[in-house]
Amino acid sequence: MSTAKTGSGYHHAHHFDSAEHEYVSAKQGVWLFLCTEILMFGGLFVGYAIFHHIYPEIFKVGSKFTDWRLGAANTVVLLTSSFTMALGIYYSQKREQSKAVAMLAITILCGFIFMGIKYIEYSHKIHLGLLPGTWYSADPASLVKYVGDMEIPSNLPMYFSFYYMMTGIHGIHVLVGMGLIAWVMIRAMKGEFGPHYYTPVEGVGLFWHLVDLVWIYLFPLLYLVS
Amino acid sequence: MASASTASAAHTDHNYLNHEKGLWSWLTTLDHKRIGIMYFITVALFFLVGGIFALLIRTELFSSGQTIMTAEDYTRSMTYHGAIMVFFVIIPGIPAFLGNFFLPMQIGAKDVAFPRLNLASWYCLIGGAAVALTSLAFGGADTGWTFYTPYSISMKPAVIWMVMGAFIAGFSSILTGLNFVVTTHKLRAPGMTMNRIPLFVWALYSTAIIQVLATPVLAITLLLLAAENIFGIGFFDPALGGDPVLFQHFFWFYSHPAVYIMILPAFGVISELITAFSRKTIFGYTAIAYSSLAIAAVSFFVWGHHMFVSGQSEWAGVVFSFLTMLVGVPTAIKLFNWMATLYKGSINLSAPMLYALGFMFLFTIGGVTGIFLATIATDVHFHDTYFVVAHFHYVMVGGTLMAIMGGIFYWFPKMFGKLVNDTIARWSFFFIFMGFNVTFFPQFVLGSMGMPRRYFDYLPEYEFLNQISTIGAYMIGIGFVIGTIAVIQGLLNGKPAGPNPWGAKTLEWTTASPPPHENFIQQPIVTAGPYEYR
Ligand code: HEM
Ligand SMILES: [Cu+2]
Repeated sequence: MSTAKTGSGYHHAHHFDSAEHEYVSAKQGVWLFLCTEILMFGGLFVGYAIFHHIYPEIFKVGSKFTDWRLGAANTVVLLTSSFTMALGIYYSQKREQSKAVAMLAITILCGFIFMGIKYIEYSHKIHLGLLPGTWYSADPASLVKYVGDMEIPSNLPMYFSFYYMMTGIHGIHVLVGMGLIAWVMIRAMKGEFGPHYYTPVEGVGLFWHLVDLVWIYLFPLLYLVS
Repeated sequence: MASASTASAAHTDHNYLNHEKGLWSWLTTLDHKRIGIMYFITVALFFLVGGIFALLIRTELFSSGQTIMTAEDYTRSMTYHGAIMVFFVIIPGIPAFLGNFFLPMQIGAKDVAFPRLNLASWYCLIGGAAVALTSLAFGGADTGWTFYTPYSISMKPAVIWMVMGAFIAGFSSILTGLNFVVTTHKLRAPGMTMNRIPLFVWALYSTAIIQVLATPVLAITLLLLAAENIFGIGFFDPALGGDPVLFQHFFWFYSHPAVYIMILPAFGVISELITAFSRKTIFGYTAIAYSSLAIAAVSFFVWGHHMFVSGQSEWAGVVFSFLTMLVGVPTAIKLFNWMATLYKGSINLSAPMLYALGFMFLFTIGGVTGIFLATIATDVHFHDTYFVVAHFHYVMVGGTLMAIMGGIFYWFPKMFGKLVNDTIARWSFFFIFMGFNVTFFPQFVLGSMGMPRRYFDYLPEYEFLNQISTIGAYMIGIGFVIGTIAVIQGLLNGKPAGPNPWGAKTLEWTTASPPPHENFIQQPIVTAGPYEYR
């Protein structure tokens, strides 16, 4: 793509009139993309609502196997990361390069902590054989200490189907988000961003906030339903 | 349309085709026109493959009992025919090919908003097709294009490949839609207000909204279906407490709007053709423009008409029936406006116009039989019979495919700078139109006689009409061969077209044919509406 030179030093793509024109267009594109994400997760939430209606008991029992403290910790981690992401955009825009890079690095670090905690949670469940659907292989005796005298519903595996599908797809988004943040961080290190051009940081930031927001819904739906 | 770029109408040697050379320059191009042409070639190839499956199906059905293949091969052929035609031909057909090429030109832009995503969308389609066809190596999928559960969760790897192929191809559609929405909003030339954009752009814009909002739901549905196959997650499997009807809801929540992804762009093409070949300003511009948006909006609330006999609640059925009939209103608005445009026009019956008139005739039959199907009492009889098959072929082939053909012959001179031999092109129309009716009209009759769809065999009393139908299918095949000859002949020997062989008024005709790399030598300035004929 050939580029045209502007006074600000940023090269906007040839089919836009100005850097500003490119910025507002890109931003609209990002918002539309976020709409597609919401509809995609929307499908999962609708499925959740329907099966929660039909089998409320599996969600009550299933959520006993989640540790709300780990979930809450992850919520705090992601909220912090959204804050540092916002600061990363702010400093990129102000051309305060080292601060921007630091903020983006902290955001990525939060991503790692989130995935680390998820790893602990997943391995705990996998260890008990609490796997989705037909892969479920838990020994009822080993579950008593979690559920007490609650009866284990026969289609409890479906709870874990939801648990893994929802947190799994969300987790993939976290990983993709971390990759994207690393990409803008490298560009920030090269000093590519400033008051006239910070579109990628802002776009990635919006994506990261959405990923965060989805988790805010997943946490009560999966951990706190009982 | 008045514009400052008429100077560029003079012949120039430099154009998008010779701007860069070599296969690599095509595979890495960011030029919307070249990407459009790449879509043309790929979609045409997929159409050939899908068409071969169609002829296999019709040949098998030529006589009752086994004719050329086993029942298993028949179900596979039917599945590949449907899936290829829907996901790889009709959905990308108009937007990603003609739309890609002409949407930016019609609004006076140099390119789409996100050229890289545009190229990525093409690779998604190719990647999706490769993954989908890999299923053949695993014995082939045989679920039909609708992938209904519980049959489709029988853990056959072929189904997983097919489903993931459609999933990947979905991103192609999303990226195209996203690009078109932003391009239409942000890249219009000075003076190109929203009520001056050509109706083709309005149609693509409405389509793009559906592509962006509906396709993600298909994505998650197909992902869940794959997970159902791999992990037995149980959402759709009654044996695990799941609900197969839920799958149908999810599937049609996308796939009904998807039928408007298929037809709305065709409406747009027809609006262009009717006005250009009647040499008359389109009648009811605003009504046609907003009816596209209305159809897009209503299309999200009618999916239950595919499920009248699925066991969904009667109340839901009644509401869906009513809403479905409502779609007929904006659709009829378009048809009547086109007819009013023809009235007292100076009609030129070149091949593109023949296709447009053919569209109006066939689509009307398709749409009206849709109302039969939307009526619950009659649908109980027609559901899953050949009546439904005839209905959707009248709208998808009689509608969308006719519009693609008309659009190809209309814009061919612009795309390649050469004229198509009109006589050959008209012969292609003649065979396709006649063959189409011979193939599919008997299927309405067969359907009302109760012949079920998707079976490899039928009772002997259905044989006569099936034989007529098969003969028609071969006529359609001949028609497309002639159409291909017309295109190839035009490419090789076509006379130079000049910038505006049809005397049409939209912006793309104000620049050279083939257009230069950035479409217009000078930025067009728009001072009037798109169809200033008389
Ligand atoms: C006036 C407009 C339309 C109405 C009222 C309508 C109505 C219907 C109804 C009620 C069915 C379900 C029949 C059944 O399965 O029992 C149906 C099936 C179908 N329609 Fe339409 N339709 C309309 C336009 C279209 C258009 C424009 C397209 C595509 C371009 C289309 C494509 C299809 C397809 C593919 C199916 C069958 C899907 C399958 O089961 O494989 N329809 N239509
Ligand atoms: Cu429908």
